[in-house]
Amino acid sequence: MQVCSLTASDLACRRGERVLFRGLSFALAPGDALQVTGSNGVGKSSLLRIVAGLLRPFHGSVTSEGAVGLVDERPALDPQLPLGKALAFWAGFDGIGFVARESISDALGLSGLLDVPVRYLSTGQKKRAALARLLGQQASVWLLDEPLNGLDTAANKTVETLIAEHCAAGGIALVASHQAIALPSPQRIDLAEFAP
Amino acid sequence: MIARLALLLKRDLGLLLFGGRRGGTLLPLLFFLAVAMLFPFAIGPDAPLLARTGGGVIWVAALLAAILPLDRLVEPDLELGFFDQWALRGIAEEWLLLVRIIAHWLSFGPPLMLAALPAAGLLGIDGNQLRIVELGLLAGTPGLAAIGVTVAALTAGLRGGAALGGMLVVPLAIPLLVFGAGSLATGGTSGLPLTGAVSLILLAIAPFAAGAAVRGARG
Repeated sequence: MQVCSLTASDLACRRGERVLFRGLSFALAPGDALQVTGSNGVGKSSLLRIVAGLLRPFHGSVTSEGAVGLVDERPALDPQLPLGKALAFWAGFDGIGFVARESISDALGLSGLLDVPVRYLSTGQKKRAALARLLGQQASVWLLDEPLNGLDTAANKTVETLIAEHCAAGGIALVASHQAIALPSPQRIDLAEFAP
Repeated sequence: MIARLALLLKRDLGLLLFGGRRGGTLLPLLFFLAVAMLFPFAIGPDAPLLARTGGGVIWVAALLAAILPLDRLVEPDLELGFFDQWALRGIAEEWLLLVRIIAHWLSFGPPLMLAALPAAGLLGIDGNQLRIVELGLLAGTPGLAAIGVTVAALTAGLRGGAALGGMLVVPLAIPLLVFGAGSLATGGTSGLPLTGAVSLILLAIAPFAAGAAVRGARG
């Protein structure tokens, strides 16, 4: 795993006319995991998009080192393609081999679904497919937006294990979730405390 | 980088050419031929008039065929989160949209030039006129593809974006039609280099305009 770090200083986010949060700072080193909690609409997804560089912060700055991977509610897999082919596109893009792909599908229990078109997958299966895409990217900074949404208990465990392994290997995980999730380091930020 | 762009082109072509998303190439082509077929019925059996106006009809039909797939050029990828994932991997939007313009052109330009042959038969266009039409399409359709992708990026995420997109393409396509279809009236090929020049200008601007539009739509 490449050297990675993630620092946010004095972040503020504005959507439309409303400031969602302000004065948010954190610094994550290799092996750290941080859960962002808060009720719906408090700005968890916006925070992740700001950290990913997809949204400009209203104030403050984010510096990150290492490749950033994002899993949100959109799987970025072609709905009409079979899952195997849709994942193969990203595998080709991220330059991972066939063996690695096989082991990733196995780890997430997707091996039996590779022939199924993505649009026929359930919410939880799509989530697992998006996680497979993330694993293939081999990013050192993971941004996970509600990773447990739609997942069953067994898959919950799998995700928690994956995050633990990722952090043990020196990665960083920033998880936005309103659900309880077991993370290797129990750091939490309640975004509601930063509301103006 | 080149390998990644090749992979992108392969995916874009798969989506646009083989009907991955509703219709593919076949629909615009059939539409094009349907226009060429209906036109003689509307004008009546006046062969000289048909031959004189036929080239222009082919051009208008080509323009409309280029507009048909507008709503699936950019919007689905924006909605599915593809552009986010590409941005995270450090691929500039300009590259993505340049590749998309190439894929869009390949999916309608060459097929349209083939379809212009039977259409020329239907409209009674002679050999010399057909040559000018084909050369004009070769010079002009890349420009139409550039306009199409730019407008698709600009209207992505808007309600009624497809209808608005059609409205926006038409005025932008006027220079291409003036020089491309205009060569038919003079019967010479002097307008064709100008058509190509307009196409090149549009191709040079389009990736940047469309890239900025995609970044703006991400919000």
